[in-house]
Amino acid sequence: MTTLVAEPYDEAVTSPAHLPRRHYLNAAFGVKSWLLTRDHKRIALLYLLSITFFFFIGGGAAVLFRLDLMTPEGDLVESETYNKLFTIHGVLMVFFFLIPSVPAVLGNFLVPLMIGAKDLAFPRINLASWYIFMIGGIFTTAAVVFGGVDTGWTFYAPYSSTYSNTNVILTAAGIFITGFSSILTGLNFIVTIHKMRAPGLTWMKLPLFVWSTYATALVMVLATPVLAIALALIGLERIWGVGIFDPKLGGDPVLFQHLFWFYSHPAVYIMILPGFGVISELVACFCRKAVFGYAFVAFSSMSIAVLGFLVWGHHMFIAGQSVYGGMIFSLLSFLVAVPSGVKVFNWTATLYRASVAWKTPMLYALGFIGLFTIGGLTGLFLATLAIDVHVHDTYFVVAHFHYIMVGGMVMAYLGGIHFWWPKISGRMYPEWLGKFSAFVIFIGFNLTFFPQFVLGYLGMPRRYHTYPPEFQVLNVMSSAGASILGLGYLLPLAYLIWSIKYGAIAGPNPWPATGLEWQTPSPPPSDNFEVTPVVTQRPYRYSPWEPQGG
Amino acid sequence: MAAALVPRKTYVSVFVSLMVLLALTVGVDLFDLGAWNTVISLAIAVAKAILVVLFFMHVRYSERLIWIAAVAGFFWLAILLALTMSDYGTRGSLPARTGWTLSATEVSPTSGG
Amino acid sequence: MADESSMVAHQFEGMRQQEESATLGMWVFLATEIMFFGGLILGYTVYRLKYAEAFAAGSHHLKMALGALNTAVLLTSSLTVALAVHAAHRGRRRALLTFLLLTVVLGLAFLGIKATEYYLEYAEGLIPGRGFSYAGPAPPAEVQLFFVFYFAMTGLHATHMIVGLAVMLVMAVLTWRGRFSGAYYSPVEVSGLYWHFVDIVWIFLFPLLYLIGHH
Repeated sequence: MTTLVAEPYDEAVTSPAHLPRRHYLNAAFGVKSWLLTRDHKRIALLYLLSITFFFFIGGGAAVLFRLDLMTPEGDLVESETYNKLFTIHGVLMVFFFLIPSVPAVLGNFLVPLMIGAKDLAFPRINLASWYIFMIGGIFTTAAVVFGGVDTGWTFYAPYSSTYSNTNVILTAAGIFITGFSSILTGLNFIVTIHKMRAPGLTWMKLPLFVWSTYATALVMVLATPVLAIALALIGLERIWGVGIFDPKLGGDPVLFQHLFWFYSHPAVYIMILPGFGVISELVACFCRKAVFGYAFVAFSSMSIAVLGFLVWGHHMFIAGQSVYGGMIFSLLSFLVAVPSGVKVFNWTATLYRASVAWKTPMLYALGFIGLFTIGGLTGLFLATLAIDVHVHDTYFVVAHFHYIMVGGMVMAYLGGIHFWWPKISGRMYPEWLGKFSAFVIFIGFNLTFFPQFVLGYLGMPRRYHTYPPEFQVLNVMSSAGASILGLGYLLPLAYLIWSIKYGAIAGPNPWPATGLEWQTPSPPPSDNFEVTPVVTQRPYRYSPWEPQGG
Repeated sequence: MAAALVPRKTYVSVFVSLMVLLALTVGVDLFDLGAWNTVISLAIAVAKAILVVLFFMHVRYSERLIWIAAVAGFFWLAILLALTMSDYGTRGSLPARTGWTLSATEVSPTSGG
Repeated sequence: MADESSMVAHQFEGMRQQEESATLGMWVFLATEIMFFGGLILGYTVYRLKYAEAFAAGSHHLKMALGALNTAVLLTSSLTVALAVHAAHRGRRRALLTFLLLTVVLGLAFLGIKATEYYLEYAEGLIPGRGFSYAGPAPPAEVQLFFVFYFAMTGLHATHMIVGLAVMLVMAVLTWRGRFSGAYYSPVEVSGLYWHFVDIVWIFLFPLLYLIGHH
């Protein structure tokens, strides 16, 4: 039987002399052993490599157009190139980085470990989903290589379906294909979490990361197919010249936006819910306390997943949607603030009178809580019909969703990667470098995106190549921030790679944390556990006086 | 497994009911009942689908989780349809007493916004 | 007959867990499929309400008798699939094989009838695009929208039928090779769920496309 009471936090946890003799990384060697693996941990690493690649391509595009925006006339690139740069930035970051980031990397690695299973329910489907992801990635990359696409990541019709002369079909096909990878990953998580939990591990004993991954999986499964159909219809209209969304031929362009946002708004929750899960784990571990109000945090993930489906129309307030439709969507959008608020308050309550260990992952977690709160509250401005009419499609919106997506999800992702890196690689990252780069990223992020709130409020529209000279100071600040942010992201890339060979050996539980994943060696053996664990206690027993049983 | 509980006779009677419902829906189509034609034919389709789901797909004999999974897809489809129709159903109408005056062409429901 | 424990994949603790996972996995996949067709159903609904007369006019060009016949064929194939699963559970290999092959024949019949309809519509110039010709009272662009959705929905459905046929053929081969027994037949059951789902889609497509207004 496994006991889940953690030892008191001790800075001097002694580093063991060597890694375990057999683990998932040295269970087999050679390219084939990776490309044909069915081990969820190895598939997680395949995803890690792929999304890191896409992240830096998408980031490179952002660096280029931020440099271009240093001058009001946009002297660096042509307007057409500028349009292609922001499109590819959005497409790669949303579909090929953020959506698979925490679910496909950390979720794949951790869900079976956290529930005491040997693997996901369908290992072959899991591997297939990575291949599907890569095929979609190849299509999209090919679209860039063959001249790019300029519709913006939203593919609004009829521009995308009729007028754009760029590689719309190739890009849309890439996203269509990648969608199935996301669906299969979600399906695998749902079945695994329902059917593969270790004996005694009831729902109310699940780690909060598993709850949020489950909620994310629901969204993936139920929303993604609608995007697939929307993009397929764009393709049909483009190829056959029939007027599904073209008003000239009786179509309605707003219908495309309904289909698109029915997916893409819930997709925002695919991009943030897993981050919530990571933050709950980090806050509990580094506060040495159980998360305040466990059940509320768990159910708030579920209610965000469901409510997230009811609010998509707030992207369409000025798109020609009816005023009554707008009112309904505006009202429903405010509801999402309730479970999101529950989470922020409960993390804060967990911090209250905790003895916090200021490790790198905790710095990211604190950054997340602050930045997500700013992103979430500005979301309420945008959900307000009357205000949105003024700031719609301005930099205010850009700043808002980057506070959620980058300030929130990327922070959570990096925090999670640092937290579980010892489990993944068996070695520690250099702590002072970790803290330093967390600090650099936080500064760089705020310098990039805070000025954009002001720009948007002053009326600078998004996606414009040129702007009036009075906006230049704020744009230069934003571009300066972007370069700091870019450097900040290169640091972890460098030192994490370095640590694979030279990092201190971590041992099974370096933090020390509760949770089944820490009860097995680092890196774990191929089958995860030598004996199937039996769970008798609630998660997060960081102090002996936490309530037992459950 | 769930299949163990279903006698072969049940399958045959479900099949016969499905065929009767098919005949019914084709028969109703011969009469002009206005909007009711659509309502009746869709109601018959729902009945047929329920028969297939409950008996052929064994949901009647399955654990509750399968019930939930079976309902979830249709429920989410209802969300998609209902909220989109909250837009299309009210296109062109504006809240009263705003003092706005719009010409007919500006609020025409076929203008697509 | 194969040994039961050899049929349990390494990640599962036992046969029961494996079967329940497979069934749940298929149901979750079917929920995805509902939303996949759902996007088309939404588009169809929006335009049908907007262009009610054009949609009725377009629908009158479909061959209602062939559509009804195809519905009957698919309902029958659902019966044969249900009986196949029943036979599998009883461990009756010959009956299982017969019902699977019957299903394949019915599925092919469906696709044959559908192809005939497509051909007739092609001959009438009803394929959307440059060659589209419609000479009735309703605006041609709106009638064309009906046919866009008709071909998109039935085409997506036919694609699912082809996948289903491939799956049923694989099941037949595996049955022939003696892979299944009364203790292990969950692939047959799960494939059956998929087939029934494709049937249900058609149950809705038939009234939506063929029975608009009255004939």
